[in-house]
Amino acid sequence: MAEMNTPLVRVAGLSRYFDVSAPWLNRVLDGQPRQILRAVDGLDFEINRGETLALVGESGCGKSTVARLVVGLYRPTAGSIVFDGVDMAGLGGRAEMAPIRRRLQMIFQDPYASLNPRWRVSAIVSEPIRAFRLIEDEGKIVERVGQLLRQVGLSPVDGEKYPHEFSGGQRQRISIARALSSQPEFLVCDEPTSALDVSVQAQILNLMKDLQRQLGLTYLFISHNLAVVRHIADRVGVMYLGRLAEIGPKKTLFSLPRHPYTRMLLDTIPDLDMTGRKRTPVAGEVPNPINPPTGCAFHPRCPFANERCRIERPEPKLNDTGSITACHAVEEGRLPAGPIPAVAA
Amino acid sequence: MNNLKDLVRRFLASDVFYSFKRSPTVVIAFALTLIFIVAAAFAPWIVPHNTYEVASLNLMDAFLPPAWVQGGKLSYLLGTDDQGRDVFSTIILGARVSLIVGFASVVLALVLGVALGLIAGYVGGFTDTVIMRVADVKLSFPAILIVLLIDGVARGILPRDVHDKAAVYVIVLAIGLSTWIQYARTVRGLTLVEKNKEYVQAARVIGLHPILIMFRHVLPNVMGPVLVIGTLGLGIAVLTESTLSFLGVGVPPTEPSLGTLIRIGNNFLFSGEWWMAIFPGLFLVILVLSVNLLGDWLRDALNPKLR
Amino acid sequence: MAALLEVENLRIEFPTRRGTLVAVDDISFALTEGEVLGVVGESGAGKSLTGTAIIGLLEPPGRIAAGEIRLMGRRIDNLPYEEMRKIRGKQIGAVFQDPLTSLNPLYSVGRQLVETIQTHTDMTPTRARARAIELLQEVGIPGAERRVDHYPHQFSGGMRQRVVIALALCANPKLVIADEPTTALDVSIQAQIIALLKRLCRDHGTAIMLITHDMGVIAETADRVAVMYAGRIAEIGPVRAVIKEAKHPYSHGLMGSIPKINDEKERLEQIEGSMPRLTEIPPGCAFNPRCPHVFDRCRVERPDLLDTGVTRASCWLYAHG
Repeated sequence: MAEMNTPLVRVAGLSRYFDVSAPWLNRVLDGQPRQILRAVDGLDFEINRGETLALVGESGCGKSTVARLVVGLYRPTAGSIVFDGVDMAGLGGRAEMAPIRRRLQMIFQDPYASLNPRWRVSAIVSEPIRAFRLIEDEGKIVERVGQLLRQVGLSPVDGEKYPHEFSGGQRQRISIARALSSQPEFLVCDEPTSALDVSVQAQILNLMKDLQRQLGLTYLFISHNLAVVRHIADRVGVMYLGRLAEIGPKKTLFSLPRHPYTRMLLDTIPDLDMTGRKRTPVAGEVPNPINPPTGCAFHPRCPFANERCRIERPEPKLNDTGSITACHAVEEGRLPAGPIPAVAA
Repeated sequence: MNNLKDLVRRFLASDVFYSFKRSPTVVIAFALTLIFIVAAAFAPWIVPHNTYEVASLNLMDAFLPPAWVQGGKLSYLLGTDDQGRDVFSTIILGARVSLIVGFASVVLALVLGVALGLIAGYVGGFTDTVIMRVADVKLSFPAILIVLLIDGVARGILPRDVHDKAAVYVIVLAIGLSTWIQYARTVRGLTLVEKNKEYVQAARVIGLHPILIMFRHVLPNVMGPVLVIGTLGLGIAVLTESTLSFLGVGVPPTEPSLGTLIRIGNNFLFSGEWWMAIFPGLFLVILVLSVNLLGDWLRDALNPKLR
Repeated sequence: MAALLEVENLRIEFPTRRGTLVAVDDISFALTEGEVLGVVGESGAGKSLTGTAIIGLLEPPGRIAAGEIRLMGRRIDNLPYEEMRKIRGKQIGAVFQDPLTSLNPLYSVGRQLVETIQTHTDMTPTRARARAIELLQEVGIPGAERRVDHYPHQFSGGMRQRVVIALALCANPKLVIADEPTTALDVSIQAQIIALLKRLCRDHGTAIMLITHDMGVIAETADRVAVMYAGRIAEIGPVRAVIKEAKHPYSHGLMGSIPKINDEKERLEQIEGSMPRLTEIPPGCAFNPRCPHVFDRCRVERPDLLDTGVTRASCWLYAHG
């Protein structure tokens, strides 16, 4: 067993490529090249016990793929995922993975598709218990399910109902109960509140924070909503086209963002405090991940891009604020302190 | 027991049952189908005359017209055939054979098709390609030809009396093997959709064996359309069997099905004994029509939920 | 200023076999020329239905059971199909949520624009095409002369939504109804689209009815906002007032539950329970089971919109006398 002060999860050089080429025959006849989608391209990060690391980014940045890699739904193309000292990528079949699987669980985005519509809630919630043979006695399983349902704010009698009898927020609570039933240490949460209304989102986020405190859970929280992330995360990583642009403690990232993409992204958050702040929208759109730009993936949209940015991919480096940034301009100290100027749309 | 009561209660309150109650055609179709099935199930006990027992036949009673026509007898409601068999009784017994063959072949096709479709859809890759290409090859032959082929091979291999006893099994196998594809295709398509849903991914995160995931998670969610195909398939199976028997390559004449009866009756159609062909034909039409109407309604009733 | 759009006591019902569901229950509001009115609410609150009813696209069995909708003084809720078709596009434009399904994938973008332009004006085909290119340039599509002949799938999500906005504006309508126009887009694109919508409507003097669940978008764009709850308007007023000093307990709770970037709150404010289903709306004020300030009158009598000083809220806390 690793000591308590090493990170629970450590990811190094994690990559996942998808072959999205046309079928072989089409390629031969049309002369099309192989097309590889680099969904995740060399990611390094750590998550300490009891902490919440959030990964933010827009569509195509690969954050959902990272979630699935960490939880074992995809195998990495390269790199390692070390969970409590054990490299998951090195494990063979299902039998070897089983003890690790008990300790990590996942909560999904879509509350309507994440529960089997034909199963009763009690069967859904108790499935991990049965699969890992944690409790053998039926009566005790029923008790445990009732306890879990109460823990997430539902009632034990809800176990007899079917998912369609519940609202989106309640279904997410059921998903959380299912995830907690095997007493995991680590939860991967893939946009768990994105499909929910704002007031329901508040309930679920509060619940997740309470559970983290009560049960000592570690979270990997994926989201595209920076405001939500600010509320729930301890550390935040900003992803762009499969790479980490910046990663660091929450307060640092939000008050002293360094990477141009992070700064622009923060600028897109609507001004609910009505300070009348002028927003400068980010120029351009996220490029196609199948043909990422050369060098730094962000350079076509970056007002500070120079020749080096077009050619050389920046490596993650510690910067003056304590966060880690992958940016030549930051490294060379070229960035002005003020707001980012707008690039012609 | 609780589960069953609960299921019945939920069904009675459902939209499906509601649309059933509102459509008189379907209620009649369902009633007719039910009558046929019950009659066929209890046939040996309820027929007025046991026409299989050669000894009980009275040649003197041959060629009697239906009871309401002059010359007919009340005990032979729909008349008799060339060997003195009561047409009404032969129809009920014949329907029994037809329905047994129909149900059995549908069950065979369903089990085979659903299993192969699930595997093809869930596992994907090479397995999927193989199964689907086999299905494609099968589809390029008309079903009747496949059935004739299998039947012909069986006749060639088995000695005559063994074949006669085994005829029903051969026909069931033949029809089942030629109709599994539509179940497989439908289930495969639905499986592809369900496979990507998060509840399946949640099961994979727990590390469940793929077989468990396929049969415990995916299967209950893809069964709906399968029931529709099965119901419609029953009608088709009965018709196929009747066609075969009509052509003389179906069930042996010792246990005639509706098709056999029609064939026999056909010979006497133009010599005046119309009842021998018309009544079996009429019953066949009503049976298949009722089953088809039921299947049509089921498809429409299940559709909004499927959307 | 005369009202451009007046909605009075609108009631939208859905007859089902279990009885009649009231999805929108007696709401009234007005829009003046050039104004941006935000309509916010959570799913099931009835905001999309309101927009759909105004534009005359309510699908049966849903129907307008009571009330009136008037555009520039003229009643439009009871017009026959042909009349409404002329109004749609010419007087009222629409931008819906999913740009992928708002555009016909089989026709080029230019052809769809030209078709709409020619339906509502009597321009020649050449002139209409030139106008289409102008519009594409105005909504910020680079290389418009070339892209006018491209098909929808050749545009990215954000670009497609710009095309949809061009389509909505091509006949110079007085009112645009935008139903969740940015929800399906990335956050950085959302900001672009909102800025575009604001600029265009200011330039053309078009009023916008912006329906969304995203308060951030409203804060940036709207002049006034109506908060809907269970088919009724809970509060309506200037956007700054509603966001910073919401008077209705629901709007107040809603604003408190939104995570903000400059906040140091440990817990988000949460409203207990959830919005009732249409079949289970309680008597009196629909919010009463969840309201921290509930008293007897709330459970019995349904409140109308009352003046709170800064906004109007349907809450008995503000009854005078």
